[in-house]
Amino acid sequence: MASLITMDDLSNEDILAILDDAERLLPVARGQAYLPLLQGKLLGNLFFEPSTRTRMSFETAMKRLGGDVINLGDVSSSSLVKGETLYDTIRMVDGYVDIIAMRHPRQGAAQYASDSAEVPILNGGDGAGHHPTQTLLDLFTIRQAHGTIEGLNVALVGDLRFGRTVHSLSHALVRFGCSLTLVSPDSLRMPSEIIDDLQALGATIIQSEDLAAAIPSADVIYMTRIQKERFPDEDEYQRIAGVFKLAAADLAPAKGGMIVMHPLPRVEEIAPDVDTTVHARYFEQAFNGVVTRMALISRLLGIAVPAVPGAGTSTDSGGES
Amino acid sequence: MSNEMSMRRVTAINNGTVIDHIPAGCAITVLKMLGVDGGRATPVTLAMNVPSKKMGLKDIVKIEDREISQSDLDKLALVAPEASVSIIRAYSVAEKLQVNLGEDVVNVAACTFANCASHGPREPLPHRLVVHGREPLRLRCHYCGREQDMDSIVDNLL
Repeated sequence: MASLITMDDLSNEDILAILDDAERLLPVARGQAYLPLLQGKLLGNLFFEPSTRTRMSFETAMKRLGGDVINLGDVSSSSLVKGETLYDTIRMVDGYVDIIAMRHPRQGAAQYASDSAEVPILNGGDGAGHHPTQTLLDLFTIRQAHGTIEGLNVALVGDLRFGRTVHSLSHALVRFGCSLTLVSPDSLRMPSEIIDDLQALGATIIQSEDLAAAIPSADVIYMTRIQKERFPDEDEYQRIAGVFKLAAADLAPAKGGMIVMHPLPRVEEIAPDVDTTVHARYFEQAFNGVVTRMALISRLLGIAVPAVPGAGTSTDSGGES
Repeated sequence: MSNEMSMRRVTAINNGTVIDHIPAGCAITVLKMLGVDGGRATPVTLAMNVPSKKMGLKDIVKIEDREISQSDLDKLALVAPEASVSIIRAYSVAEKLQVNLGEDVVNVAACTFANCASHGPREPLPHRLVVHGREPLRLRCHYCGREQDMDSIVDNLL
């Protein structure tokens, strides 16, 4: 595996091995154990558009394992404003570092970079394309809660058209035999090529605009943010955004073990009163970005993750400490 | 109607190219792809919806004084992958060319998705479309993965 551009770059066995490595690295991610596995290694963090969690969690993952990070910094002060191509930027950074994590506003930029570089590329989001490292942390969070990622009922809710996190996640879930309910306004439905791919994998898919109907049977409700700029007028946005949001009272018919996830940042799609329910997992999910990226970087650099003293084996042991 | 009779519907050419077995209704697109327009001084003959044993209906194009190149054949593969191409010299078939649609279509057309990374100015890597289905032809961009809009791909030819 040279790079991680889409979930197609990982087999199911690869995914499970990364999640197992991540499980072992939990004490290191929490700062309870020191494991300088990546000492002497350098990550290039190339974020051509804003990121908080993804960029910081890559940096944290690298530093928790004793490695170091160089950042692209502010795009407006880089050579990109002088007209440098993505190819040249990648070829230049390729010579400096051992691995590159990147986010770019253009779809396909990570594949383009991977074709330009010698070192592994980690796709941290390419336009409305893919976000596979988010998918790994999502799968890790689901496995923590349910003990498995196989055969679950998952409702993906909100902006399924432009939301790259759900594009990558849906592929992975279907490969593990999950049933998907895709809940979105008609204008923000999952792109047809992704639906085609999912159906070719034998997926059971329901497309719906009714969030309430999806709650009782769901094992996971994965909320996403509906962005105001996707709508021609404010009234239409308010009408749609008002329908695709969750409050604690809405969760009354949910299964006891059902979890609510969100890639964050949230705006109004999950009310604060959900945070204190047994269903909320989005902050644990954000923490899990560190541990899964630790495991992924190690794997792409060919470094085996050893047993770590203090690592738990419980499937529900994660979360911020 | 036999193929021979079909071919007789359009005038024989002295030198140039005959493209047969174009899907019915696609002849104008083929001419556009090959850059054949009203500015030419030599004859271009076009027959549409001609009965064909193989295809039911087909189009035929004859272009006088132009022998199409390999890069033209690569473009042709996007619209008429089953086309038969003959190079005519002195009223005889001098060469028969094969339209081959491989797994990848490289530097023939740019991705039809406007926000694809391959559209960056001066980016040096080749434009690359991957064949995702053949009947009907479906292409996806190697970089962004988007399904190509086959109605507008002619406008994106390189």
